[in-house]
Amino acid sequence: MPPSLTLDELEENFDLLGDWDERYQYIIDLGRKLPPAPPALHDEANLVRGCQSKVWLIAEPDAARPGALKFVADSDSIIVKGLAALLVGLHSGLTPAEILSLPVEESFERLDLKKFLSTNRGSGLGAMIQRMRQIASATAAA
Amino acid sequence: MSIPASSPATGVQQSNDHYDVEAVRADFPILAKPMNGKKLVFLDSAASAQKPRQMLAAMQALYEDHYANIHRGIYDFSVRSTDDYDAARARVARFINAGHPGEIVFTRNATEAMNLVAVAWGRTHLKAGDEIIVSAMEHHANIVPWQMLREATGIVLRVAPIKPDGSLDWDVFSKLLNERTKLVAMTHMSNVLGTITPAKEIARAAHAVGAKVLFDGSQFAVHGGADVRAIDADFYTITAHKLYGPNGIGALYAKRDILESMPPYQGGGDMIERVTWEKTTYAAPPNRFEAGTPAIAEAIGFAAALDYMESWGLERIMAHERELLEIATARLSAIPGLTIYGTAPQKGAVISFTIDGLHALDVGALLDRQGIAVRVGQHCAEPLMDFLGVHSTIRASFAMYSTADEVEALAEGLEKARKMLS
Repeated sequence: MPPSLTLDELEENFDLLGDWDERYQYIIDLGRKLPPAPPALHDEANLVRGCQSKVWLIAEPDAARPGALKFVADSDSIIVKGLAALLVGLHSGLTPAEILSLPVEESFERLDLKKFLSTNRGSGLGAMIQRMRQIASATAAA
Repeated sequence: MSIPASSPATGVQQSNDHYDVEAVRADFPILAKPMNGKKLVFLDSAASAQKPRQMLAAMQALYEDHYANIHRGIYDFSVRSTDDYDAARARVARFINAGHPGEIVFTRNATEAMNLVAVAWGRTHLKAGDEIIVSAMEHHANIVPWQMLREATGIVLRVAPIKPDGSLDWDVFSKLLNERTKLVAMTHMSNVLGTITPAKEIARAAHAVGAKVLFDGSQFAVHGGADVRAIDADFYTITAHKLYGPNGIGALYAKRDILESMPPYQGGGDMIERVTWEKTTYAAPPNRFEAGTPAIAEAIGFAAALDYMESWGLERIMAHERELLEIATARLSAIPGLTIYGTAPQKGAVISFTIDGLHALDVGALLDRQGIAVRVGQHCAEPLMDFLGVHSTIRASFAMYSTADEVEALAEGLEKARKMLS
């Protein structure tokens, strides 16, 4: 699992990285460091379809914190996989209410990563965030 | 309306020596703008081309000088705006060598032009069991309208395959033609592979079985200069924004007798002859198909963009693009692990490729940071991607303002992306 991460920590990390080459290298390395996905992750039901890349996502209860969720994600694109790892790190260990109030788009906008979150197909990351929120809503309602 | 382009300077290029690409570039203000802090290398003109200031000035001049709604205006500005709009239609007709301006219907884009044919012609003239043939390399715009027509009428949609080099498989295509074939709807140039289809031969074969023929000229028009009468096309679709013109306007060419056989596509102002509560009669083509206030300034911009292209000469623009395609093909082929999709002998200036072990999106994202704009993904041609057996490709496309230096920047950008990703 990727380390858990807050939006503040993410923005600090990005500030420490000087130019965009380094930032992309950081994202790429995050993608590389993700442990191999469990085979069931790649089931069709877990696929969040993007036009340019595929993202798979599953959610499960977080054993370390009652009431919280944790996520596992993968992508066929290494940059999207790295960004998915960031999103997993940001959302895992949070309760549904915390997930639903996390201002991740604003943060990505500040980091100039918003282009990856387009919900109009694109990378699939925008759809991944929406699915995490749907799961959070469904969990909260259950 | 015509605004002269900057006059070509002399003697800069080697093999196309009257074509001064730097002078062309100077007419496109956006090309001087950096992207992500880097010098812009714009290689996505097949998605939408950039705009010359002469085109922008023509639209601005209308709005600042004598803009008014067209048709039935009694006052001077309306009459002049109407004249400009009509002249734009005649200009588009001349660009594709239509026999008469009345054979040009302005639409929002080529997609709307194809939908217009599918609805107004298809639902009137086709019935269950009639067949439409498309090719395996169509854009979704030349697939989905026919699928919708199939749902509405029960027509049969047949797909002519392509060969490994991306050219149309003529043997199979010609066997698909039969007396039930009512329409062959095919791209004139693939937006993914660059393949230019043998339009004249396709039209002749289609006509021989009594079918009509439609060409999606979205890509070809800017790279080849279409001649609808030489092809003997029944329908031909183009879009202004790929021709250095504005967004929001395109055109459907259709032979006059065919247009006259088609009922309206949408109802409203401008498309009627007389309206009463009991019965409304419709205007003659092309107005019959242009309900509501049209894109007036865009039509004038469209015409100005065509004037701009012709001020440099289509032949010279094409020679320039052919040269770039050759340079790019040679340069990219030298990159280890790079596969080019589409190597048909007749090919326009787009080049789709993948690099072994690298995801197209990752490459595109890293090129973006170097100021290089390419398109990655499925290019609105999912069935073609399935046929090619790839999820997505990277596509670089060249325009009248592209340069050999930009090809080199792309190749170096790809090497850098590979280094970061492997």
